[in-house]
Amino acid sequence: MIGVIDYGMGNLYSVSKALERLDVPYFLSARRDELMKADGLLLPGVGSFKDAMLILDETGLADFIREWAEQGKPLLGICLGMQLLYENSEENGYSEGLRLLKGSVKKIPYQTEQGEALKVPHMGWNSLNFVNSSFLLDESADPYAYFVHSYFVDETERDAVFASADYGVSVPAVVGKKNVFGTQFHPEKSSSLGMRILKNYTNYVTGKVNS
Amino acid sequence: MITKRIIPCLDVKDGRVVKGVQFLGLRDAGDPVELAAFYDSEGADELVFLDISASHEGRKTMVDVVSEVAAALAIPFTVGGGINTLDDMKKILRAGADKVSVNTAAVLRPELITEGAGFFGTQCIVTAIDAKYDDELGSWRVYTHGGRKPTSWEVTDWAKEAVARGAGEILLTSMDGDGSKAGFDNELNCAVSEAVSVPVIASGGAGNSQHFLDAFQKGKADAALAASIFHYKETSVAEVKRFLREQGVRVR
Repeated sequence: MIGVIDYGMGNLYSVSKALERLDVPYFLSARRDELMKADGLLLPGVGSFKDAMLILDETGLADFIREWAEQGKPLLGICLGMQLLYENSEENGYSEGLRLLKGSVKKIPYQTEQGEALKVPHMGWNSLNFVNSSFLLDESADPYAYFVHSYFVDETERDAVFASADYGVSVPAVVGKKNVFGTQFHPEKSSSLGMRILKNYTNYVTGKVNS
Repeated sequence: MITKRIIPCLDVKDGRVVKGVQFLGLRDAGDPVELAAFYDSEGADELVFLDISASHEGRKTMVDVVSEVAAALAIPFTVGGGINTLDDMKKILRAGADKVSVNTAAVLRPELITEGAGFFGTQCIVTAIDAKYDDELGSWRVYTHGGRKPTSWEVTDWAKEAVARGAGEILLTSMDGDGSKAGFDNELNCAVSEAVSVPVIASGGAGNSQHFLDAFQKGKADAALAASIFHYKETSVAEVKRFLREQGVRVR
């Protein structure tokens, strides 16, 4: 059973529908006593890092998620939900994240190192470079994912990046360490590649695959 | 590398796709979900639904259409038409749309963009602009109310204002080109694309695959939208993408 953390900052409908299409049992909740009963958690997120952390801190969900992850239980963050897994972000001024993974969230530069102008948000379909193998990814599949974000994870550990996308900078796109995972793009909006990631994650949660 | 997007646009009235969609092999050519799935299977990168319902009931039906489309589709889609308030945005986004597009309401009250971006994030808020060349102005003028009312805004000024307020994308329709099938207005698209830091979707005038290539190379657009040429099967999303790929444009 997947528990989707409902803290008011996500497009829960599209994630829920994707899980239904995959025939994966799930529930939405903001309560730790309910979320405790899940086999794996999903942390969605759309909006600003600072607002999201404020809500997670105020509701006690931040502590709950940290304890959950420290107990070795599966967690997957999506989009802003992935960024929240890191140490801090410069979005709307500095704020601390959940600190489950090493790295800082920074604004995507408006130009490449060669001085070529870049549009921000990074919006649209970008191809993934497979960096480290992971049970989440099937490298033979269609490599395109749908991104829409203005901030990216910088200064992270290379070992904890499974796939990245080039957009002036190298954008960590699928990440993870031990039992904590994230995707910068929306898997539920990323056609076959995205649906496969969700399926692989839920299989991992239910013990059908090992990391 | 990021790819250029091809976006079919569907007009929806009272829950049905209208404006002559001529598809064989579909059970029901007016069903938004069936058409959305068809375009998805052809390789459309995103979809835009434009609600042209005039009635309150029609608008309510649109929310149901959005949730059905969201349940069936694993690609993003935008909903525009009749979005006048933060509450309208909430209803559409909560039903499963990825972005909402605002046009007239944003010109009349630019704070709508600020509020929407603050609440849902800039990536959710598309500003649609209808523009027409104006000799007196020596540039393109912004029109509202479906192209019926001229405003005092010059197009790049309004685009910059919208982006400063939090628009994450500009959907730019050339009123001169719309329906002409003579190609996108590359000068207009280029002017706006260079004026703003967010992606620009070119719209109005698509007649063939070459026009899409021009929109990306000459018009510097990040995405291109078309309706009738796809609906009437004059070309297909797959065909346009094949041509672009041959010409060295990166597409999915």
